Amino acid sequence: MSLYTLDINGQKQVVDVSDDTPLLWVLRDHLGLVGTKYGCGKGLCGACTIHLNGVAMRSCQLPVGAAATGKITTIEGIAKKGKLTAVQEAWVEHDVPQCGYCQAGQIMSATALLASNSKPSDADIDAAMSGNLCRCATYTRIREAIHTAASK
Amino acid sequence: MTQSSTLSRIARRDFVKASALAGGGLLLSALFPSSRAIAAAKGSSVFAPNFYIKIASDGLVTLISKNPEIGQGIKTSLPMIIAEELEVPWENVTVEQVGYVQGLQGWQGAGGSGATPGHYHNFRKVGAVGRTMLEQAAAQKWSVPVEECQADQGFVKHTKSKKKLAYKDLVDIAAKLEAPDPDSVTLKDPKNFKLLGRRIGGVDNHAIVTGGPLFGIDQQHEGLLYASFVRSPTFGDKVRTANLDTIKRMTGVVDAFIIEGTDDRFGLQPGVAIVAHDTWTAFKAQQSLQVLWEQSDTAEQNSFLYQEKAQSLASEQGKQLRSDGDVENVFKNAPHVVEASYDYPYLSHTNLEPQNTTALFKDGVMEIWSPSQNPGSGHGQVKNLFKLADDKVIVHMTRIGGGFGRRLMADFICEAAAIAHRLEGRPVKVTWTREQDMRHDYYRAAGWHHFKGAVGDDGKLAAWSDHFITLGLNSTEQTGHGAGISSDEFPVRFIDNARLTQTILPSNVPMGWWRAPGSCAIAWAVQSFVDELAEKAGRDPLEFRLEILGPDRSLEPAGRGVPYNAGRMKGVLRLAAEKADWGKKLPKGQGQGIAFHFSHMGYVAVVAEVTVTQNGSLTVNSLIAGVDVGPIVNLSGAENQVQGSMLDALSSAWNQEITIENGRVRQGNFDDSPLLRIAQSPKLEVHFDQTDNPPTGLGEPAFPPTTPAISNAIYAATGKRIRTLPFTKTDLSWTS
Repeated sequence: MSLYTLDINGQKQVVDVSDDTPLLWVLRDHLGLVGTKYGCGKGLCGACTIHLNGVAMRSCQLPVGAAATGKITTIEGIAKKGKLTAVQEAWVEHDVPQCGYCQAGQIMSATALLASNSKPSDADIDAAMSGNLCRCATYTRIREAIHTAASK
Repeated sequence: MTQSSTLSRIARRDFVKASALAGGGLLLSALFPSSRAIAAAKGSSVFAPNFYIKIASDGLVTLISKNPEIGQGIKTSLPMIIAEELEVPWENVTVEQVGYVQGLQGWQGAGGSGATPGHYHNFRKVGAVGRTMLEQAAAQKWSVPVEECQADQGFVKHTKSKKKLAYKDLVDIAAKLEAPDPDSVTLKDPKNFKLLGRRIGGVDNHAIVTGGPLFGIDQQHEGLLYASFVRSPTFGDKVRTANLDTIKRMTGVVDAFIIEGTDDRFGLQPGVAIVAHDTWTAFKAQQSLQVLWEQSDTAEQNSFLYQEKAQSLASEQGKQLRSDGDVENVFKNAPHVVEASYDYPYLSHTNLEPQNTTALFKDGVMEIWSPSQNPGSGHGQVKNLFKLADDKVIVHMTRIGGGFGRRLMADFICEAAAIAHRLEGRPVKVTWTREQDMRHDYYRAAGWHHFKGAVGDDGKLAAWSDHFITLGLNSTEQTGHGAGISSDEFPVRFIDNARLTQTILPSNVPMGWWRAPGSCAIAWAVQSFVDELAEKAGRDPLEFRLEILGPDRSLEPAGRGVPYNAGRMKGVLRLAAEKADWGKKLPKGQGQGIAFHFSHMGYVAVVAEVTVTQNGSLTVNSLIAGVDVGPIVNLSGAENQVQGSMLDALSSAWNQEITIENGRVRQGNFDDSPLLRIAQSPKLEVHFDQTDNPPTGLGEPAFPPTTPAISNAIYAATGKRIRTLPFTKTDLSWTS
C-alpha cells in the first residue's frame, strides 16, 4: 500500500492503494467516480477509457503510479459547470445509448478524436473508435453523433 | 358468482384512488394487481397502492418505471404511454424507477419482448383516469358540464369560453374527487396522439453521458466491502478444500470463506468468496486461491463429442413433434429433393456490465441492489434460501448494462445475498471478472438440424422434414431453457406435408434464454434451407417465400403458440425488398440475401447485401429491415432496437461461439470471443409498416431473420452455402 496524489478533473486526490492497482479501480472503488466502467480488464473493450494529459487511455491497464504523473480526465469531468460538451450533446440529440454501459468510454474516445481531428471522415471514426465495443451495437448512431459534434 | 366476475369487481373497486400530495398536488395511487394478488386480497379492505402518478403543485409530473431497463428503452416508452393519455408535455415528466413490488400487475421483468403488449392498454387507462379527473376538477371550478372541458398538454380548456387552467391549479380539487372506474374512461383516438410515435430520447441519457451512478456495478454505500466469488471451472461442482488462510493473510483481504451452495443449478452455486477493501484486491487474490473441487464425471464433456453424436443421427428421426400429410411419399415422387444439415454453437450473453449485485443483511432484512431482468425470481430465491418473510427481502432495481436474457437468472443475486448473510451488518458488492462472466453463463444452446425438403413440378415447396437435435441439462427428456423448438415452426402450418422430430442430447452445460430464444438460431437454419430449396427449384428467393406464405390469412397455432398472419409477413417482405432494390444486378463477389421470421408477435424481414473478396474476406454492406409490430410507441427507441438486433445477429453469427472442452468453457474474454466492432458495422435501414394491430415488443424479433439474410447473401455472392456457425468456420474464397 502506498499513498498517491492524483490530479483528477482538476482536483488533487490522495489515495492509499496497492502499487499494482489499475487507475480504473482507484476511480471506482476509492474515489466514487463510477462513470468509468469495468468491461474486460484487458484493454479490449474500451469501457474504461479516460484521458491522461488529453490522450485516450484504458484505465484498466494503467497502474496508479503511471497515472499519478499527469492530468487525468474522466467522464465526470468533461462537462464544465454543468454544460455538456458538443460530444455529450450530440449523444443525447441522437439518442445513442441503448443500455448505456459503454457510452462513457465511447464519449471519451470520441472527445479525444475530435480534439486531434476536427472533421473526421467515417474511416477516421472507425479507426479511432475501433477499440470501443458496444454490446448493444449502437455504432450507426455513434458515427452520426460524432459527425454532429464535429459540425458544431 | 363466477371466479372471473369476482376478480373484475375487486379489480375495479381498488384500481385507482386519488389523494392529496404532501405540500399540494395530486397523487393517483393505483393498486395495479396481479390476478394472484387480487385473489389474495379478496375480502380485504386494505388498499396498498403499488403504482402511482404524481402531479405536483408546480405542474411537474412523476411517473414510475416498473420494469427493468436493460437498454430496450422501457423506462422511457412505458411512461410515455401514460403521459399520452394524461395529456402532459413530456418535458414536464420525471420518471422514477421503483424496486420489486410483490403482486404488481404485469411481470416486473424484461424478457420475451412482452412489456409493450402487456402494459399498453392498462397504462393508457391509468393515464386517462388522471386526465378525466383533471377535466372534472375544471368543470367543478367553472361550474360547467365536464363534456365542455378538454385536457390539452398540461391545461384544461373550456371549449365554449376558451378559458383554460393549468393542471397545477386543478390538482388540489382533483385530489378530493373520487377516481373513476378505469373501464369507464374514454381513451384518446390514436390519430390525436401527440407523444406516441415520436422520437423521444432515453430518460437516463443525461446521466449516461455524464457518468452518473446508474448501474448495478455503480452502487456505493458507506463501509462497502468488495467481493469476488470463484466457482468450479466445471459446472456446479462443490468445494472440498481451499487455502483460505493464505488468502485471508493477503494485504487488503478482509475475509475468505466457502459457500457450500445448493444443487439448484439456477440458484446459489458452490464456490469460494473473497472479500476485500476494493475490487482489484478481490480479483487479484483469485490468482493465489487454490481449490480442490469435488470430482464430477462432467469433465468428460466436449463440444466435439456433441457434434459427432448429432452428426451420426443425420439419417434417423427423433421423437415426433409434428407430422402433417405424408412427407415420405412426397420425397419418393418429387422431382427436386434436397438434404442438408445445419449446426450452430453455444453462445454467451456477454453483457458488457459483468454480473454483480450489492447486498446488505442487517436487522433481519436482506436488502439487494441488482441489475436483474427478473427481480421477482431473486426475491423468491433469497427468501427461500435464508428462510425470510416476504417483507424481509427488498430488491432494488438498477439500470442494467445489457440483458439479452442472462439476467433472467438469479444465481448472482443468491451469491451476493449469501456473502452478505455471512458478513451481517456490512454491505458488500460482488463483481464478476469478464472471464467468470463468460465461463459461468447460462448459454444459448447449440443445435443441429437435419433437413430434407421437396419441390414439386409446379416449383412449389411440397414437403419439409427437420430432425432437430438439441440439448438437455443432464436430460434426454427435457430441453434446456431456450433449447426447444415449436411444433408450429415455419414452414409448418403453411404446407400440407411437414414433419418435425427432436432428439435431446444430455449435457451438463447450463442453458438459458438468449435474445429471441430458439428463434435466434432456428430461423437461420430454416431460412437458409428455404433458400436451398428455392435455388433447386430455380426460383427467386423472394417469390418462393411469398408463395409459401400464401394468401393473406391468419393461421392458428396447434399448441401454445399464437396465430401467424401471413399478410403481415408478406407486407414486411415486400417492404424490405422494395427498399433494398431486391433483385438488382450485382457482380460476382457481391450478393443480396433475404429472410423473414415471426417471433414475439412481431413480423420482420431483412435484406442483406454483402461483398466477399476472392480470398474470402467478408464485408456486410447493408442490412435493411421491414418491420410490422403495429403502431410504434417511441420511434427512436424502436429504431435502436431493430438496429441493435440486426447487428447482434451479425456479431454473433460472424465471430462468436462458446466451446466446451473437458467440461469447461474455453473462451474467456473479447480476444477469443470477439464482438462486432464499429468498422464492421454496415449501413442500416429500418422501415416500419405501422399496421393497425395491437403494438408488440421489439427487443428481439429483428434478430432472427438477420442471420439467414446475411448467409443467403454470402451464397449469392460466392456460391458458398454456410451450414455451420460462426461464419468464420467456412472458407468463403471463390474463383471467377
